[in-house]
Amino acid sequence: MTAASALLQASGISKSFPGVRALDDVSLEVHAGQILGLVGENGAGKSTLIRILAGASQPDSGRLAMDGRFVEFREPVAAMRAGVGVIYQEFNLIPALSAVENLFLGRESWRLEHRHERLRAEEIFQRLGVSVPLDAPCRAMSVAHQQIVEIARALLFDVRLLVMDEPTAALTPREVENLMNIVRELTVRGIGILYVSHRLNEVFELCDTIAVLRDGCQIATRPTAEFSRESLIEMIVGRTILHEYPGRDVKLGNVHLSVHGLTRHGAVNDVSFGVRSGEVLGITGLVGAGRTELVRLIFGADRPDAGTIQLDGQPLEVSCPQDAIRSGICLLTEDRKNEGLIPGRSVQENFSLASLPTFVRKGFIDSRKEYASFSAYVASLQIRISSHGQMASSLSGGNQQKVLLARWLECQASVVIFDEPTRGIDVGARHEIYQLMNSLVADGHAIVMVTSELPEALGMSDRVLVMHEGRIAGEVTDVRRATPEQLMTLAIGNTSSITKSSAQAEC
Amino acid sequence: MTVNQPSHHLQRFISSYGMVFVLLLLMLLFTILTWKEQTPGGTEAGHQVAETILALNDQAIVVVAAGTSTVEHAFVRAAQERLSAGGATVVKTVAGQPSDARRAIKETLDNNITLTHLAVSGTADRWTVFDHFDVSRLGQRVAPSSYSWPVFAQKNNLLSVADQTAIYAVIAVGMTMVIITGGIDLSVGSLVALASVMAAVVVRAMGGMDAGTGAILVAVAAGLGVCSAAGAFHGVMVTQFRIPPFIVSLSMMMMARGLAYLLAEGESISAVPRSWTAIGNGKALGIPVPVLMMIALYIVAHVVMTQTAFGRYVYAVGGNQEAARLCGVPVRRVLLTVYIICGTLAGVGGLILSSKLNTGDPKLGHMYELEVIAAVVVGGTSLMGGEGRILGTLIGAFIIAVIKNGMNLLNVGAFEQDIILGAVLLTAVLLDNIKRQRSDGR
Repeated sequence: MTAASALLQASGISKSFPGVRALDDVSLEVHAGQILGLVGENGAGKSTLIRILAGASQPDSGRLAMDGRFVEFREPVAAMRAGVGVIYQEFNLIPALSAVENLFLGRESWRLEHRHERLRAEEIFQRLGVSVPLDAPCRAMSVAHQQIVEIARALLFDVRLLVMDEPTAALTPREVENLMNIVRELTVRGIGILYVSHRLNEVFELCDTIAVLRDGCQIATRPTAEFSRESLIEMIVGRTILHEYPGRDVKLGNVHLSVHGLTRHGAVNDVSFGVRSGEVLGITGLVGAGRTELVRLIFGADRPDAGTIQLDGQPLEVSCPQDAIRSGICLLTEDRKNEGLIPGRSVQENFSLASLPTFVRKGFIDSRKEYASFSAYVASLQIRISSHGQMASSLSGGNQQKVLLARWLECQASVVIFDEPTRGIDVGARHEIYQLMNSLVADGHAIVMVTSELPEALGMSDRVLVMHEGRIAGEVTDVRRATPEQLMTLAIGNTSSITKSSAQAEC
Repeated sequence: MTVNQPSHHLQRFISSYGMVFVLLLLMLLFTILTWKEQTPGGTEAGHQVAETILALNDQAIVVVAAGTSTVEHAFVRAAQERLSAGGATVVKTVAGQPSDARRAIKETLDNNITLTHLAVSGTADRWTVFDHFDVSRLGQRVAPSSYSWPVFAQKNNLLSVADQTAIYAVIAVGMTMVIITGGIDLSVGSLVALASVMAAVVVRAMGGMDAGTGAILVAVAAGLGVCSAAGAFHGVMVTQFRIPPFIVSLSMMMMARGLAYLLAEGESISAVPRSWTAIGNGKALGIPVPVLMMIALYIVAHVVMTQTAFGRYVYAVGGNQEAARLCGVPVRRVLLTVYIICGTLAGVGGLILSSKLNTGDPKLGHMYELEVIAAVVVGGTSLMGGEGRILGTLIGAFIIAVIKNGMNLLNVGAFEQDIILGAVLLTAVLLDNIKRQRSDGR
């Protein structure tokens, strides 16, 4: 009613689910042209709030207002009509349709107007300053491009408030930079943004105001300048974390695992390196640089076209994951949902799946032994579950990761390969996983950690390999003094600016 | 799991086997709906009536009257034997029409014999002819005492429901495993026919009617073997060539049916030895052999699926194939095994059916695949894979069978039955979905 009223005002929003108070009296304001950062651990209530804003869920109490007028979003369409666009972490694109077709999905006029649609699409992508292939099916696009399509779709709806849930989770650093520019560009047009992210760097860089949720309660909402990184983390987790990357003092052993000339056409090109017991070897690079493909070769998930793998100097034949597991190599996959968990089965079954033969006695599974064994991990890894029979799909990201870690620890793996170990995991659980990695190397395990987060690569690794287009573009041995910018330079293929030592020298 | 709280156990049991209650409810419903006055007949009734008369008067002079059916004949025979043995005099027996009874009684009275009792079956008790005679000379009329009992809950009815379900239920074990892996096998109906024809052809070639036990065993092995081979073919096509199971088994459905017709030259083969029916129509401890086989099979399958690594692997492959592979689960071997089991059990079902009907027939097993899939789905197994229970399938098969049987007893027409069964299938899946959404929380 007054000109100063917020674009969106949520006041006193509460929502309960059986046994959980997901949101407790949360009030937010997003103003036109401003970015509000929303941070909190997994389970803090961010997703519930997003669902309410999107009209996918109704609050038990509290009201929403846009431009000072109360609104009710009984279903998603109502929110969309009011100008609220939501980009979920998992995109809502139809894989087989092209960018243009996805853009106009559900909004086609009775007769398809290809030319008109195409022109509108080109115009929007131009406004966003990116060139997206218009005709390729979305499944063939990079994650970054898919995200742009999602944003473009929101713009097509004359969006006024854009909610972005973990928009950078699957992007490479350069793509993140691009996205942030686009987001800033949107605010210039007067669009208000609710930016939900675990990545505090981005939140600090981008947001005007930051709101912190913890256990459904609103802990603080202040201008970004009033937060320090430490104080923000403390508010998120509710306790003090002294070092984001816990230090360790581990003596490195001999080279445990080494690969020579590993090649898979089109993905990995002549890669050689070694990793010592007690060492954390970081591997980073842009998405598509071949990092995941490389570790899949080592684990036997894919077959290499050339190259050898050695364990303690002995050549190793790995033709399938089973071989790798028997030799003590394990892989915690990047995509927990599709390549890690059996979602509809119990956490205990998920835990024992890789080591099941060791629990079999006289042909039958010894469920007592299985239970006892898993209980030990539940205690030592502090896995939070309601019972051993709980469905794996109902765990939070951090707990899922711990169950998977327990699965591989039970296999007596001596080489643990982590592919994006902390993706989508909140600050508190992240810290616990770092500490677990430290205790693993302290026990003499060798760790290979693939990560897109450059600070994580530098903070947790003893050495970092940077991949570019399937090759090792460089190696950073002095992780304490290296900067993310230096890694970035290597990752984008500029190898001249940093000392590049031959990877083979390690083996 | 063994250390869980008892209340937890109960909760899980209810959520896992809620279908048991549905089945019990249905049985109760049909018990009430088919409640009827039952008149015993046959030997049993004859003895009962004779005992009653002898208890009243061991010097009784009796005429026994009953209708024309075999049951009535048995009544007459039993009553006469028991009465004579007890010292009573049986003047005449009638197993025929009311007019026959009137003639016989008239003759007796004309010969100046006064009867003390008239023994009649339940049928004859409703005749009006006796009213024409003087009651004092006719004596007391004794009929078997009637009682109320539901037709549905009669032992013979229940046994025949179990007997008819056994074949579907046996095949459904393999189908459940296949569906849990996320696959499907549409060929089981055709494999039923193929197994029966294959076995019959072999036994005909090895002596036909006069074939010995050895020949029968060879024939059984041939019938099962060809179905196992079909299952292996499915497995190889699915794992090595990545053809969707729906397509592979759809082709096998046609090929196996065609092969069965070809082998049988389009006709049914009944040149089988007499002992061919031993399995299908045999009984042990009063229970049909197919039912016993079914029970044994379900116990084994349940244990395999819940207590062994193989069972875990089947669920894991269905729940998330790639994750299972990355855990070192031998995915291809698991799939191959599951399809072989399914094919083989379809063969077992085919042999039981062939044994029941005493023939090998390429027309057998028509639409069995749908009956079996319906049983699996009603039993709570998700066609998406990864979820399902062997015992659920058994209950599912029985729910369908009980509904069919109940509708038959209530004289529901065949067309109406189809409509009701379709609705039942849909309701079962609908309920399951609602239950699942509840347990998922939101």
